[in-house]
Amino acid sequence: MTGGALPGAPTARAHWLLWGGGAVILAVLPLVFSSGASLTMMSLMGFAIIFALSYNMLLGQTGMLSFGHAVYYGLGGFMTAHALNVVGAGRLPVPLPVMPLVGGLAGLTFAVIFGWVSTKRAGTAFAMISLGIGELVAACSLILRGFFGGEGGISTSRTKTLAVFGLNFGPQIQMYYLIAAWCLLCVGAMYAITRTPLGRMCNAVRDNPERAEFVGYSTQMVRFLVFCLSGFFAGVAGGLAAMHYEIVTSSMVGAAPSGFVLLMTYIGGVAFFIGPIIGAVLMTALQISLSDYTGAWQLYVGVMFVLVVMYAPWGLGGLILMHQPLLAGRTLRRVAPAYALVALPVAMIAGGAIALVETAHRLLVNLTEGTAMHVLGVSFDAKSPLAWAVIVVLLVAGVWLLQRMSPRVSAAYHDALQAARAAKGS
Amino acid sequence: MAEAALQLIDLHKRFGATPIIRGVKLEVTRGERHAVIGPNGAGKSTLFNLISGRFPASSGQIKLNGEDITGLPPYVINRRGLSRSFQVTNIFPRMSVFENIRCGVLWSLGYRYSFWQRVASARDASERADLILQQINLASRRDTPAGVLSYAEQRALEIGITIAGGAEVILLDEPTAGMSRSETEHAVALIRRVSEGKTLLIVEHDMSVVFNLADRISVLVYGEIIATGTPEAIRANAEVQKAYLGSAAEEASHA
Repeated sequence: MTGGALPGAPTARAHWLLWGGGAVILAVLPLVFSSGASLTMMSLMGFAIIFALSYNMLLGQTGMLSFGHAVYYGLGGFMTAHALNVVGAGRLPVPLPVMPLVGGLAGLTFAVIFGWVSTKRAGTAFAMISLGIGELVAACSLILRGFFGGEGGISTSRTKTLAVFGLNFGPQIQMYYLIAAWCLLCVGAMYAITRTPLGRMCNAVRDNPERAEFVGYSTQMVRFLVFCLSGFFAGVAGGLAAMHYEIVTSSMVGAAPSGFVLLMTYIGGVAFFIGPIIGAVLMTALQISLSDYTGAWQLYVGVMFVLVVMYAPWGLGGLILMHQPLLAGRTLRRVAPAYALVALPVAMIAGGAIALVETAHRLLVNLTEGTAMHVLGVSFDAKSPLAWAVIVVLLVAGVWLLQRMSPRVSAAYHDALQAARAAKGS
Repeated sequence: MAEAALQLIDLHKRFGATPIIRGVKLEVTRGERHAVIGPNGAGKSTLFNLISGRFPASSGQIKLNGEDITGLPPYVINRRGLSRSFQVTNIFPRMSVFENIRCGVLWSLGYRYSFWQRVASARDASERADLILQQINLASRRDTPAGVLSYAEQRALEIGITIAGGAEVILLDEPTAGMSRSETEHAVALIRRVSEGKTLLIVEHDMSVVFNLADRISVLVYGEIIATGTPEAIRANAEVQKAYLGSAAEEASHA
């Protein structure tokens, strides 16, 4: 599977269906999920998708591991916020929908400056330089209070720009559609870039940089150009974020969002174009909804990352796409019994682990709330020996069962794959 | 006298204090097939790495079509019309066979770092890549990931990537290493075909290949070229016999 392509080599017609379908889904979503909370979440997903895809231009497409991608996201956000304030104060005739371009150009500008230094090296050295630049900008954000606004950050208002067609983008639904439009535009542009000469040579540089040099391409120039493009899209995402939150703080350029975009992208799957989209949607949903339920949500995210790295290195996108040949060959139902069988131990392990984390979290961090627990619909006492015994039994028995059953699952999958290939061949 | 396609002038390469290439002088005439032979460790691969810009030379000069290319990076040397293959297969394993070749074509057709045009609509690149695929007999494997090709097919692909950009000077580093006899015969026919009208410099261990293919042969021993001449002259050269060829040349002449 080559990086930039969607599976199944879609024809031009399939392409239009795909993009048209995507646009329709984005348009219809707010009618289905119309609550304020879901509108907010979908808005966050919109710019998270752009951010994660821009990151994957580096990691998945070109093999560049960056620990400082939030620099371009955050600086795009700050520049957009300042620009919004200038436009608002001066009543300049600039409509809001074009403001993410300010973020994009800011991201591009800083990517040109920092990229010129960091893309001179590849591999580990590039990763280290990106970490250093990330720390540098994060440190500056605390020192340069004029630009970064110190602890309070920079507040702005998106409603003071020139209104077009009577839209002032105050209501979240209008902001959602603006983000959705930019999201579709950027996803389309980034997908198109994977199919250009530069996009193909990014893959070449990722797979075999030495050979790329001997067919006439400077790997340094390829890295630099894709770094700049990636910085542009990260800046657009940051600009949209600034417009959505109407405030940007120094945490936006820091290590946390740089790490989170790596998690999103990797969990979604770096080897497929749609992987980071899946990762961004899922991780944003988890970030928002899990934090309502548990104070230990970051632990779950971390455990998920480790599990993906260890057992599904192609990410969740890879897990989904490996079933595409089965779907095409109509053998998907052959794996259903094995998957149903393995669902039990997986549920046991998940239940046991969640109960363990929540109980431990209560006892170690939140003891002031008392020991009466309510986890996954079950009420128990955090100090009850029986509860702990159940947790241990769930975990031990679950792991034991999973180990016994997992060969069957992979056998079932490979059988179905063989059958699908045979069906295709005949 | 016609200008040399490739000219090495008193070329030296040291790794630390160890001299590997010790004053190599060589002129490869335009259009000739020139083989470099020599015992293991003579510095043949190092010589290729110097010419193609993989390593910097310690001293001396390399001229391509009369222009100094010493110290230039590999991609600039490639753009000036010198392309090389590798002794250890060096392809893009995750890409399809077709895409491997197309990567070799793109720069020479002027697509450079374009991110504003679709590569699929670059007709001339696709057509040239398909033409090369036919030349190297891999048209039937067009959409196969290069990493799953057989060894001999990967070696053919290696040559395909090397010639894809249309370079005038081609360096092949042991193109038939590890091949069976019939595979070697195919490879020699392929090399003969794709180097038609071009300048070829080849490192090869298989003496039957060398004497079969080369117009002239240079013998490299301990970083120095001890003789250059036609296959007949090299075979008859007493110094070469003594230093290196011996039984290998005997074998080839009887073969």
